[in-house]
Amino acid sequence: MTKLRSLIISTPFRWSLIYLLSFLVIVGGVTGTLLWRTNDLLTSQVLETIRAEVDGFRQQYRIGGPDLLERSVTERGLGGGNGLYFLREPRGGRIAGNLRRMPDQLPTDGGSALFRYHPPGAIRSAARERLAAGVSVRVADGSVLLVGRDIEDQREFLAGLRRVLLWSIGLVAFAGLAGGYLLSRKILGRIDAVATTSERIMGGDLSERIARDGSGDELDRLGARLNQMLERIERLVSAMREVTDNIAHDLKTPLNRLRNSVEAALRDPRGEPAYREALERTIEEADSLIKTFNALLSIARLESGAAGDNMTSVDLTRLVEDLFEFYEPVAEDAGLAIRISRDGPAVVRGDRQLLGQAVANLIENALKYGHATRPGAGPGAISVRVEHRGGQALISVGDRGPGIPADQRGRVVERFVRLEGSRSQPGSGLGLSLVAAIAHLHGGAFRLEDNDPGLRAVLSLPGLAAEPGESRRPSTRAAAAGSANSDRGSGRRNDGATLASHWRRTAR
Amino acid sequence: MRVLVIEDDSETAAFLQKSLKESGHTADTAGDGDTGLVMARTASYDVLIVDRMLPKRDGLSLITALREAGDRTPALILSALGEVDDRVKGLRAGGDDYLAKPYSYTELLARVEALARRAAPEESETTYIVGDLVLDRLSHKVTRAGTPVLLQPREYRLLEYLMKYAGQVVTRTMLLENVWDYHFDPQTNVIDVHISRLRAKIDKSFDRALLHTIRGAGYMIRDET
Repeated sequence: MTKLRSLIISTPFRWSLIYLLSFLVIVGGVTGTLLWRTNDLLTSQVLETIRAEVDGFRQQYRIGGPDLLERSVTERGLGGGNGLYFLREPRGGRIAGNLRRMPDQLPTDGGSALFRYHPPGAIRSAARERLAAGVSVRVADGSVLLVGRDIEDQREFLAGLRRVLLWSIGLVAFAGLAGGYLLSRKILGRIDAVATTSERIMGGDLSERIARDGSGDELDRLGARLNQMLERIERLVSAMREVTDNIAHDLKTPLNRLRNSVEAALRDPRGEPAYREALERTIEEADSLIKTFNALLSIARLESGAAGDNMTSVDLTRLVEDLFEFYEPVAEDAGLAIRISRDGPAVVRGDRQLLGQAVANLIENALKYGHATRPGAGPGAISVRVEHRGGQALISVGDRGPGIPADQRGRVVERFVRLEGSRSQPGSGLGLSLVAAIAHLHGGAFRLEDNDPGLRAVLSLPGLAAEPGESRRPSTRAAAAGSANSDRGSGRRNDGATLASHWRRTAR
Repeated sequence: MRVLVIEDDSETAAFLQKSLKESGHTADTAGDGDTGLVMARTASYDVLIVDRMLPKRDGLSLITALREAGDRTPALILSALGEVDDRVKGLRAGGDDYLAKPYSYTELLARVEALARRAAPEESETTYIVGDLVLDRLSHKVTRAGTPVLLQPREYRLLEYLMKYAGQVVTRTMLLENVWDYHFDPQTNVIDVHISRLRAKIDKSFDRALLHTIRGAGYMIRDET
């Protein structure tokens, strides 16, 4: 019952019902008008014939007086055909004609009317009354003449036609209803299939897909779209699951370490100095855990698009120069040469703090992993470059470290992914994920390239037009890695200048 | 220094009250926004510590209400929301500093003391003097025992900030935020490197060191004699 109900209230059924009803109203109107007009036309033709006949009788009356009229009425009445005649004397008696009596409802002023009569010659009670149309006129001597025609056949023809039309309308109505029913049952069946599938998906089976019939119709296309959406959801969910697993691993490990060290301290016979040591270590561990948490939350916020309220025009060249200046002493202390090359302002719309964080992460990464491993390669060098090229602002940070094999480069951007050999370095494995998330938020991209040797990280952001009036003078600065390497340092400075002018040329 | 702690978590409030007392300050506590507002307006405090999410009246609207009433008592906002745009909202509402939870007590204390100093009238000083180290804020010249010290612009700003809060602990995060305007955590010891460069310029060739490292907290510039 509910199935039938849901079928009746279904959209296709309701729509076909509405279509059917309006169709029926229109067809009914047209058919009715047609019948009425046909009847009218036939009747008026009959009346015209009658009027002509009446005129003929009048003529005869004028020529031969009442006698001739009586004679010709009698003749016509006996002549067969479907003419009906009656001549009544002024007092009411019958003079001539083939009708038994004058119909009552007839006016005598020459107007036309319909009346019923018993066919002459038939047995009165057995015969059916027939329909006729007639005109009666008063003749000059006071007698009344009625001329009529039998229109029973016309009536029957029209009644038959009406029956046929009504039947066909009924048939159309039935076919329409049945069609609507079948149509809505088919559509409802497919929609129910989608609903059942989505119920199973809600039940937890994300691998479920909506069945398609491959016809390419709108429901099939909808199914394709929904399947695409499901695929994306499944990917997101599995990514989230992976992140959860990572969190479980990367946060539980330090938590466990923290717990172990506290436990060990409690067992330590030295007492207070051991406690103090353990507590200090605990605070350090807690701080690093907090940092990891913050980084994770930032990434989540960035990826959800919730951040980004503080977008302003940011000149990346200024930003990178400041960060370069910020990290220069660190690089120097680490024995790494760092240099910057830039080429006029590179303005983007962005969040200064987030972009600063992204660039800082890249520089810190280079500081951490940029030490040359190849013998004889000299001290590592980090090159930071900002340029504005083809509507894109590009920041790249290259190092001369071991680099990352091509097949691993995509992976290191994922959360918590730390390659073998880097696990000994401090860090959460979230730095590059954060950079990628920041790039994404700004409508940009982040990629890792081969610096041959070493790794080059490139952050590209959609640029705004450079402000006019700013000089586009390239400048290069280099910091030498200590006094022992000052010769090398100056050599690199030249490299940097050449490189900068090279880039400038390509930009034009 | 008299501090009002407006914090709905009673354990945190008690911890802050106890710690501030140990640091030589007095502290009152309020458990919700309305009580906090009434207390802040009736008594006079040097610094307010306001939790961002409070029952009855949230921290930001409390500070806005105070500022509208003309009360300029420095306020430090504590919040579990550590994002940059949240801190911008906090400062826009009239807060003077913003500290994300979880924070370390040393960080909080350093910031509270800096806030109290900021409100003091010496703000308009044109010369900072610590021992024989003199920083002239008008000419941007620095001398130690009469000898000029040549500083890079950023080094000058670092020293200026340290000297402004002379005798007080300044944390690495405070330096990062106020000298460089960076609101993110570097993973490396950048600040320490910059401090050691500055130290090489102002302390190296002198017997008495003025720039001290406070272990587990930050730095302090002070003439110890």
